Amino acid sequence: MPGSIRVFGWLEMARTADTLLEDIQGPTPGQMLRKRIFGHQGLLFGVAVLGLLLLVAIFAPLLAPHDPYAQDLLARMQPPVFLGGSWEHPLGTDHLGRDYLSRLIYGARISLLIGGFAALISGLIGTAMGVAAGYFGGRVDMAVTFLINVRLAMPVVLVALAIVAVFGGSLQVVILVLGFLLWDRFAVVMRSSTLQVRSREYVTAAQAIGCSTSRVILSEIMPNIVNNLIVVVTLEMAHAILLEAALSFLGLGVQPPTPSWGLMVSEGKQMMLFEPWLVAIPGITLFVLVLAINLLGDGLRDVTAPENRS
Amino acid sequence: MSEGNASPPVLELRNVSKTYQIKQGMFGERKPLKAVNDVSLSLQRGDVLGLVGESGCGKSTLAKILLGLEAPTSGEVLVDGEPIGAQNRRLLARRIQPIFQDPYSSLNPRKSIRDIISLPLRVHGIGDSASQDKAVREILDVVGLPSRVMNSYPSQMSGGQRQRVAIARALIMKPEVVVCDEPTSALDVSVQSQILNLLGELRREFGLTYLFISHNLAVVEHLATRVAVMYLGRIVEEAPVGALFDEPRHPYTEALLASVLTPEPDLGVPDTHLGATYPNPIEPPTGCHFHPRCARVMERCKGVAPQITCDGEHSVECHLYGRESGQAVA
Repeated sequence: MPGSIRVFGWLEMARTADTLLEDIQGPTPGQMLRKRIFGHQGLLFGVAVLGLLLLVAIFAPLLAPHDPYAQDLLARMQPPVFLGGSWEHPLGTDHLGRDYLSRLIYGARISLLIGGFAALISGLIGTAMGVAAGYFGGRVDMAVTFLINVRLAMPVVLVALAIVAVFGGSLQVVILVLGFLLWDRFAVVMRSSTLQVRSREYVTAAQAIGCSTSRVILSEIMPNIVNNLIVVVTLEMAHAILLEAALSFLGLGVQPPTPSWGLMVSEGKQMMLFEPWLVAIPGITLFVLVLAINLLGDGLRDVTAPENRS
Repeated sequence: MSEGNASPPVLELRNVSKTYQIKQGMFGERKPLKAVNDVSLSLQRGDVLGLVGESGCGKSTLAKILLGLEAPTSGEVLVDGEPIGAQNRRLLARRIQPIFQDPYSSLNPRKSIRDIISLPLRVHGIGDSASQDKAVREILDVVGLPSRVMNSYPSQMSGGQRQRVAIARALIMKPEVVVCDEPTSALDVSVQSQILNLLGELRREFGLTYLFISHNLAVVEHLATRVAVMYLGRIVEEAPVGALFDEPRHPYTEALLASVLTPEPDLGVPDTHLGATYPNPIEPPTGCHFHPRCARVMERCKGVAPQITCDGEHSVECHLYGRESGQAVA
């Protein structure tokens, strides 16, 4: 090196201070994540309730005391045990004498099936659109933004009602309608997270290394935005379950005699003033499921949010 | 120092320009922004070219063009005499690698150090996983990190350690040219010197050629063999490091050197005549782009763009040193 350092003196001084590297310390990201998960009560509650309901839905035939479709017209509207009923029907029977607990257990299958598949379909559509818009920008971004705006201008319930009215209500139709209508939030969130991560230098570094575009997206960008995706999945799952209940309540969702919680509320509404538990039991179950999913999503956002990291 | 020798320069830019079309408002007309304007540079093997200039003068765009991430609007970039337009990005990646400014942003937080450093090898299909592991161990040793950091994550490391990882990633495929985009400006002062010394040692060890982008003149003087000063997308002065620091010619270079703060507070903030405003690059000033801020502005500067004049290895683009006639050189 020519000459002395005339602008700053620190370079020469610091050169002698080439100290030993300090040791690598601290837990790995995985360890930190585990620690945060087990310190978050809302998240644990959400996981526990959702897990329980999932098990109930899977093992419904083993758990249900009666056939959910079997009618017993001599034992109609029996009250649940805590209102003076018998243990034969722990949660009573409905207006056709069907066991309420069994219908509730089988109804969990419908709700989780619709929530899960609607979130899966809309997640695939929305994530593909959002990531493409955020990564490629320009015309792709303009097209996707236009589609998002078109979608946001459509009232979901109205469109769902119209489609179900035309094609008839069934589990498949409800899943497809909700799946093709609820992708907007996925697209918006994935687009902005991709935009954010895309400008990081490790993405540029991967491009300069010669990675293909798909590799950059899948292995550099996706792992860093997947936590946002999971949060949106939970929100949309809860959203889809509520919409299914609303559609079923209006008679345009899952058709009777399929046991759906929304349908149970709808069937109980005539007797609501005399037998309020007919509406309250499925209503509370719906509330607890949606609460659990939202707590799970909230908790996941908390434990994975970058501003939470030390 | 490089002398003019017969072998082709390892990296050469010939009249490279990059123009962006900037649209103002939804229905506004598109206007050209010349981020890089007719830049010619050449680097011999082992050279360290310091590229200095204000923020927004086109340094980083130039780096992106060299890395093949942006295509120049006109002109060509040659590596070992071959134009890079003709090579695909994967081949170019084996010859030119970047080191970035911010080691907190340049390492993927979700990947282990082993994955980050071995990514180039995996992308290019070099070796099996055992030999890649061995290569990672070797390169970690070269950059002065213990091999047990392989299973660590970037969040567990300090800024200096991360920058060493970034250097290891850049060097693992043995590139010829390394584009360093302000590699020390995000680091602590004490760590800066470690990284600079490491870069200097690696250059001697591997015969690397650096394009060293910086706005820290002390760092450039420490490491560079040649310096190019950039203003509004143009190289206004280029010279060997000693010549440029000893006798700067372009008024902008003079102002840059004068603007460096000294450790003596009594001297106050130096007066550079530059003012605070950087001209709008969409509508650059007529004539010499620098004339509105120049301390030695002449009538001719306002209308006629200066031509490059060379004096040995010292070239400058300014009317003060141009032909006395002041006419455009044919």
